[in-house]
Formats: sequence, structure tokens, C-alpha cells
Amino acid sequence: MKRIICLTVMNRPGVLNRITNLFSKRNFNIESISVGLSEHEGMSRITCVVHVEDDRASEQITKQLNKQIDVIKVTDITDQSIVARELALIKVQAVPYTRNEVYSLIEPFRASVIDVSKDSMTIQITGESDKVEAFIDLIKPYGIKELARTGTTAFPRGTQRNSQQHKSYSII
Amino acid sequence: MLQEAALTETKTETETVTGADLLLRALEFENVEVIFGYPGGAVLPIYDKLYDSKILHVLPRHEQGGIHAAEGYARISGKPGVVIATSGPGATNIVTGLADAMMDSLPLIVFTGQVATGVIGSDAFQEADILGITTPITKYNYQIRSIEDIPRIVKEAFYIASTGRPGPVLIDIPKDIAASIAQPPEEKEVDLPGYQPTLKPNYLQVRKLTEAVSRAKKPVILAGAGVLHAKASAELKEYAEQQQIPVIHTLLGLGGFPANHSLFVGMAGMHGCYAANMGLTECDLLINIGARFDDRLTGNLKHFAPHATVAHIDIDPAEIGKNVPTSIPIVADAKEALQQLIQQDGKPPAQKEWMETIQQWQEEYPYFYDREAERLKPQKVMEMLHAKTNGDAIVVTDVGQHQMWAAQYYRFKRADRWVTSGGLGTMGFGFPASIGAQLADPDACVIAVCGDGGFQMSTQELAIIKELNLPVKIVILNNMALGMVRQWQEIFYESRFSHSKIPVQPSFVKLAEAYDIKGYMIQSEKEAEAVLDEVLNSREPVLLDFRVDPDENVYPMIAPGKGLHEMVGVKP
Repeated sequence: MKRIICLTVMNRPGVLNRITNLFSKRNFNIESISVGLSEHEGMSRITCVVHVEDDRASEQITKQLNKQIDVIKVTDITDQSIVARELALIKVQAVPYTRNEVYSLIEPFRASVIDVSKDSMTIQITGESDKVEAFIDLIKPYGIKELARTGTTAFPRGTQRNSQQHKSYSII
Repeated sequence: MLQEAALTETKTETETVTGADLLLRALEFENVEVIFGYPGGAVLPIYDKLYDSKILHVLPRHEQGGIHAAEGYARISGKPGVVIATSGPGATNIVTGLADAMMDSLPLIVFTGQVATGVIGSDAFQEADILGITTPITKYNYQIRSIEDIPRIVKEAFYIASTGRPGPVLIDIPKDIAASIAQPPEEKEVDLPGYQPTLKPNYLQVRKLTEAVSRAKKPVILAGAGVLHAKASAELKEYAEQQQIPVIHTLLGLGGFPANHSLFVGMAGMHGCYAANMGLTECDLLINIGARFDDRLTGNLKHFAPHATVAHIDIDPAEIGKNVPTSIPIVADAKEALQQLIQQDGKPPAQKEWMETIQQWQEEYPYFYDREAERLKPQKVMEMLHAKTNGDAIVVTDVGQHQMWAAQYYRFKRADRWVTSGGLGTMGFGFPASIGAQLADPDACVIAVCGDGGFQMSTQELAIIKELNLPVKIVILNNMALGMVRQWQEIFYESRFSHSKIPVQPSFVKLAEAYDIKGYMIQSEKEAEAVLDEVLNSREPVLLDFRVDPDENVYPMIAPGKGLHEMVGVKP
């Protein structure tokens, strides 16, 4: 099962190495990791998406991360109401006569074209991982020349619904 | 004269110090008594200052020996062991010791030299990325980037190493930082917002455990090294007596509870005693205090304590529920948790039958060996050592068969008399660790129990015990083989003894004599009697080469993948 874990860490040398090292040492399977500055000076925020077998394994990840001296806070936000976004840049083959077709796919996904050349165009898409995934699948037949994804970054929504309730229906 | 006076005056006005000065001041501030160190290019500025220092410096003959000695010192003194190694090979030579200390939660402060900051990353002479190498095997590590940081980092390192769950902390010091000059920086407090160990137990969980105890019919306490780190053996005894709960020890926990106590069951695990392993299998309440449910203790987890409610007291929350699902988790220092449990003064469980069952197991299935045998048995040697030291020596072991025999037959009466490499199982650990143990307790009788294999991994440290005249008693249980490997090959690999026999050996007696240390070869019980009586009380080092039965195996034994109840070799 997939878990999204948010970390607040001290912005010290080697801290990212410590976190990734821990994942490999403890044999945790990591799907993506994104790092950047946080609202506090001297602290960074890391969002990890990990695959684990069961709740016990995810509890272990959280505890092991918490044990790290540079880690201030660890939250597994998977079961909360969250906002999660990922950005992908996709350079797709597009000769003049397929360009319009590609444009027609871009629009419903609220993606945007940020570069065009003679035989290719570069699309930027942001959204939850699933949406990015779906768009990539859709665009694949045209021929993807290059693809770069940032990995998910996320935090809990300002207003939390009761997580039990939240699980039973989708708000989208 | 006048000129000189003027010079000293200006000196005091704008006092300047080097990085190495700051480092040594910080060590003195922490009351460091002894440093295990090996000089080299990158630590020359530090060694120049050590030349004038009052701190005792012990020069091992290999850095690995130095760090194992520091581990032995830490285990017995309860204070962090301090190590210095130079950059590159000096630093990589201490890697095994760091991993060992990490596994067995021993506090160490390890300083490594590093090439000058300007050339870091250029594959300079004797450069190694020691931070990268040691990140997974240290509690924390630092590289000092500025001279002003030295006092704060050393203070933090001692704090991290010795609080919470203890562990090794490494500080990497580039040569130019140690040599650079600055004004003494202002004192800074330790500031570690991400490190706040929980010491006090949660009251509700303590209540829950007290209730579980009052309901239990077959309770046991499993006490690990956490009890020793927390200095909680008195509380453990008081609690066990108050509630009349039998106590089982892990390998590393030995000594936490007196072995001659009527509530003591024995050591559990792969080579633990029948009563302890059956106690864990049959119990209905398992109270783990400061043990981490290592696989060598639990055997196959599927069969581990199948009927038990599990309570786990540990200072490291990550250990709770890691291997064994736990219904009563108590994150706390063992001493604080036990004190609270004692205060609860709960109703002791009614469990007369349970104690009787355990005593029956103990009587029916004790450790055994052929006492009538012609050849000298290693178990006999351990029994004699126990008898002749009144169970009060500091016993330090290496890893292998002899380690298990020491654990089985040396019955510890009190805490902090036992040093062994449990988690990592490091051969070559025992002899150097005994040096540290002797330095931590100079008046104690320290016995280094080694195999002939492991001793040959650190013979070079004979030089230290001669140099410092440390009265360590080296006991080699010599079976001309890597005994535990040989035993496994006999049992699981059809006696195909692949590279486990070592028929070509030095004369250990002559080897000792080469270092001007007395050595004895002992082949029979009679010889052993005479020699032990002569040497055990002497105040000088001695090496005893016991030629024991090479075919002896350690029993009982749990085969890998089997449950604790599936012991073999429980009866003659």
C-alpha cells in the first residue's frame, strides 16, 4: 500500500543522505521523495511516497524517521484530507499536423505548453499523481521524447474532515 | 625579563587558541579520563596538543583494537569511550567497532581526522568519505566546518551518545580546522529540537501493565541490556520480588538480575537454557524490559510467545512492535518505568504452579556436558573460572562457542560484569574490549575469554597490556578451529568442515612471551586447577592457552528458522 509521509527536518549538511540511507538500510521501498525549504528558517520539508506491506511496516518507517536526530516531525498524512501535487514536464513529438490534437488533450487536464519547436512541444502539468499518470498515458502514443517528474509534495488541508467519514466517499 | 612579561600580558588580552586546543578543552570539560587513539597525518595538530595533556592516551596497535577497547570501557564505566583515528585508513579501520557499538547501544565519541577542507572531494591522500560510510552505523555524525563550532559539537556529541538509547557519535575534523587559530568562541547551549528522548512512562500504560500482571497466571520478565544502561538492576530485583515474577535474561542483559536468585530462570535464545526458552513459549504475559527481540533470542517469530500478552518497556520507541506485536507499549527509561511499576504495588499474580513448572524444567533440563570425559572440556574451564573468582570477575568475550559457554556457565551475581559483542557478533572484539574494561575498573579481575580464532584477530594488542601492565587474564579456549562454524558445518552441512579448522597455529605461550607476558598451556583439569590458583589473583597480565576438546558443541541449540520450543540437545 502507498503511504505519503511528511517530514520537517533541520536543514543540516547530509540530512537528505540520512533519510535516503535509512530507507535503503531498513529495506523500505520509496516511490518518490521531494525536498524544499519550509516556512521556518533553517528547516526543510520532505515529502516521501513509500510502498509498504502493512500498517506495521508504515509504523516502523515513521518511528525510524522520527528517531533521526535531524528530524523534527514526522506525519503519515495518507489517511488525512490532504492536498497533494506533482509537477511533470513532458517533451512530446508534435509535428504541425498533430499539434492541434495534442492541444485538445492538454486543455481538459489544465496542462500548459511552455515550449514549442519544429517537431516537439514541452508540456507542463501539475496535479495529483494519478492525474499526471493519466495524462502521460494519454500522450504516450504521440511519442514522449523526455519526461521529468518532481514527485509528490503534500500537506494536510486547512480543515480536516473526520477521517472515517472521509474514507467512505470521494469529494471529487 | 621585562619584554617577556609584556609578551604574556598581550597574550592574555587577546587569547587565541587552535581548533585542537578547543577540542581538548571540550574533552576535559566532559571529564574524559582516557582516549584510545592512533596518530596520523590528519590528526597531527590534535596529537601535538595531546603531548601536553593530562588525559591518559592509550595507543592500540590497530585502530580496530582501539575502538573495541573503548567499547569495553563504555560498557563497564557507563561513560562514553573516546577514540581518535586519522583520516582515510585510520577512519575506515574503526568502521567495525562503530557498527558493533551501534548494534549493542554503547556510547562512543569517535574523532576522525580529515584532509584539509580545501581538498575534500579531490581524492586527496588518505581521504575517505567517512561521514557517508558511517551514517548508517552511527547514532549521529558531524563534520566540523568551522572552528567556532568545536565546543558546541563536542558537547552535543556527548549528550547524544550518552542519553536516550546510547550509541556511537562520530566527529570528523579536517586538518586545517584543527590547526586554525581563533579566539575562544562563546559558550553555546545544546540545541537539538529533533532529539528529546522520552524518559517518563505513560501512566495509563503503567496501569494497564499492572492490571495485566494481576490477571496473569504465567508471567515472565525478559530483561535485556536496557536494564544495565539505565542502571536499573536494583529496581528490577525489587519489582520481580514484589510481584514474584520469574526473570529471563537476553545474552546482553546478563548480570542485570542475580543468577543465584530463586526467581532467575536463565538466559533465553539460540543457546539459552530449556527453562528460559520454554518459559517464553508458555507464558501468558511477557514483560520485555530493554531487550529488542533480536532473532537470536526469539527464534522463528511465528512460534514466539504464542499465548502471551506482550508488554514492552523500551527507551527507543522504534523497537516497540518492530519484531513482535505489542499490546502494552511503554516508552521510557527502564529505571523510571520500574520505579513507577513498583509504586503501583499491584496485586501479585497467583502463580505458584507456574514457578513450580519452571523449577521442574530447570531441574530436569540443566546445561550439561560430559563431566567424566578424559579431555579437558571448555564448559569445565568456565565453571572453574566462576568458582575461583566467586562469580564476581568482569568477563569479556569474543564471539563463538566460547562466548556461549561463558554465558551459560559464568553465573553473574551483579550488573556490569559482562562485556560481549551481541548484535554484530564481532570476532576480534573480546581481547581489546577487556583492555577497556580493565581501565574502567582497574582493581577488578578481568578475564578475556577468547577462541583461538578470534584471539588471532587482535593479538597485536598484547602490546598494550604489557605497556600499561594491565592484569588482564586472557583465557583462550583453544579447539584448533572456528568452533561455531565447525559446529554448524557438522550439524547442517554433513560434517564438511570447509575452512573452519585451523591446525596451524602459533604457540600462544611463546607469542605471549614475545611480548614479555607470562603464558601457560593447560591440557587437563589438574593443570587448570594449579595454574588458575596461581595466576587469578596476580596483578600482572597472563595468557592461558586451554587445549580443550575440539569436538565439543554448544547445546541446547535452536536451528535457524525453528521456534524456541524446538530446541535440540536438551538432554545428554
